[in-house]
Amino acid sequence: MKYASQKVAYWFFAAAILLLSLQIVYGLIMGFAHMGYDGLHSVIPFNTARAVHTNLLVVWILLGFMGSAYYIIPEEAQQELVNVKLAYIQLISFLLVGVAAIVGYHLNYWEGRKFLEIPRPLDWLVVINVLTFLGIILATVYKGKKRTTTSLVLTMGLVFAALLYLPGMIWFDNQTMDSFFRWWVVHLWVEGVWELIMGGILAFLLIKLTGVDREVIEKWLYVIVGLTFLSGILGTGHHYYYIGVGKIWLIVGGIFSMLEPLAFLAMALFAVGMYRKGEKKHPNKLALYWTLGTAILSFVGAGLLGMAHTLPQVNMYTHGTLVTAMHGHLAFWGAYGMIVFSFITFAMPNLTGRRLYDTTYGQLAYWLSNIGMLGMTVAFGVAGVAQVYLERKFGMEFGAVQQEIEVHFLVLVITATMFATGITFYIIEFFRFGKPTNEAIGFEETMKKSN
Amino acid sequence: MLSKSQARTFFLGGTIVTFAIFLGLSWNSLSNDVPKQTHPENLTEQVVRGKHLWESNNCMGCHTIFGEGAYYAPELTKVYERRGEAYIKAALMSKVPWAPRGRKMVAYGFTDEQATDLVEFFKWVGEVDLNGFPPKPELKR
Repeated sequence: MKYASQKVAYWFFAAAILLLSLQIVYGLIMGFAHMGYDGLHSVIPFNTARAVHTNLLVVWILLGFMGSAYYIIPEEAQQELVNVKLAYIQLISFLLVGVAAIVGYHLNYWEGRKFLEIPRPLDWLVVINVLTFLGIILATVYKGKKRTTTSLVLTMGLVFAALLYLPGMIWFDNQTMDSFFRWWVVHLWVEGVWELIMGGILAFLLIKLTGVDREVIEKWLYVIVGLTFLSGILGTGHHYYYIGVGKIWLIVGGIFSMLEPLAFLAMALFAVGMYRKGEKKHPNKLALYWTLGTAILSFVGAGLLGMAHTLPQVNMYTHGTLVTAMHGHLAFWGAYGMIVFSFITFAMPNLTGRRLYDTTYGQLAYWLSNIGMLGMTVAFGVAGVAQVYLERKFGMEFGAVQQEIEVHFLVLVITATMFATGITFYIIEFFRFGKPTNEAIGFEETMKKSN
Repeated sequence: MLSKSQARTFFLGGTIVTFAIFLGLSWNSLSNDVPKQTHPENLTEQVVRGKHLWESNNCMGCHTIFGEGAYYAPELTKVYERRGEAYIKAALMSKVPWAPRGRKMVAYGFTDEQATDLVEFFKWVGEVDLNGFPPKPELKR
């Protein structure tokens, strides 16, 4: 770390990890419910657990992005954050809105629109909050000495993410219209602007960790985000196959969705290529693990597994089954969970000035969480494919199929426990670092030289 | 080899062109497909109230409609055709959790009027032309 105001990132990371832990708890509740153990039904019915699980995901990833931006932007712009106090207020208010929403979900207060369950009055608070965040970031970039491509791409991603939240707030009487614009938010976030944010963070990490020249990395950053938008924007069509709009989307969505893995493939090749090329003088090997891991697993989870059920002929049968959950879990973890973890792993020694670079706990966290998540993906996949055949092909009744596939949720819960154990090690490690301190300013450079 | 400014042009150009096409196709869908495929003229007050109930109780948190939602409870796009009004209303008005094969639904205990609104919503949903979704089970014996 080079600037004192970067310390605010630590608290965003702490909050993100806390919410992830809570997300896992609600996930386990659902896993057990699928196995037939729904003892909590009267207190936390499935729809509550589900809304809390997915919303916590979105919120902790966003907190991770915000924390990363508060760390990256000062260093890239060579300028302290313009208002640190406001950044803390923004964090606390964001958490308060989140808590209010989650409490609401337990009291049947929500708008049941998948992923956008937050009721509209709270939506406005989210908007104000995100505008505050963007205000701080943009003012810092504007006042800064330098405007780099990395900070430009990252900032662009954050601004577009905020703008794209708005179509989800329009009210429609027609379910088809509702769904149509809901995907403008959900799809264009995760298969569009979030990839921009991810690309920006990835570029920053690769510049720092591999020592490859900035110009080379930033050139490829443009190519990757170019491929993202080229395929991802029209790839929205894969959500429009079966919601009540025309057949043109089967063709457009089909073709451009097949191209979507290209951006992730480019990202994986780019990260591995830069790793090979670089001097690897940076002592933070674990951060490098996570960075290469996210580049590769995002290609597998978001790219390949997404492609596996995106063709209209396949999607006709897999749409609305557990196959989607299979793709969803590895995509979100591989791309967005892991990029946030990469960044936290990179930033912690620099924020706290502690040399916990290649520890046993850090290694255990990495391997257990990733292998656990791969196992979960397989469990969902097997359950999903079985469901597709029994229900959609053989016409068995929904409930009967669910009983047939209960056993796969046992595998899911076991592998999810493994994942959770990995995250627990990560949290222990997080605490071992202690709090951020001004004494850590310049720590990273000293370590690099002595390595 | 590609230069940085060429890479930037590729990014900006690709984005602008695909986004323009996307907006055009969306405009076409909303002005031509939606009126033809979704029968907006049948969106009565009851259907709209039904949709509101569907959302304010997060039915999508367990069920899917148009294949969208969660995978804990049955797809409901064609539920009206499959189960008929009486069965649906019984599930919606039940004061104890409706639990076919042991998997529980929240006991909403809707009034007769609310249950009718939801039935009307399902009826409208069932009539939307979804390009062939949900598929017919072709291997059913």
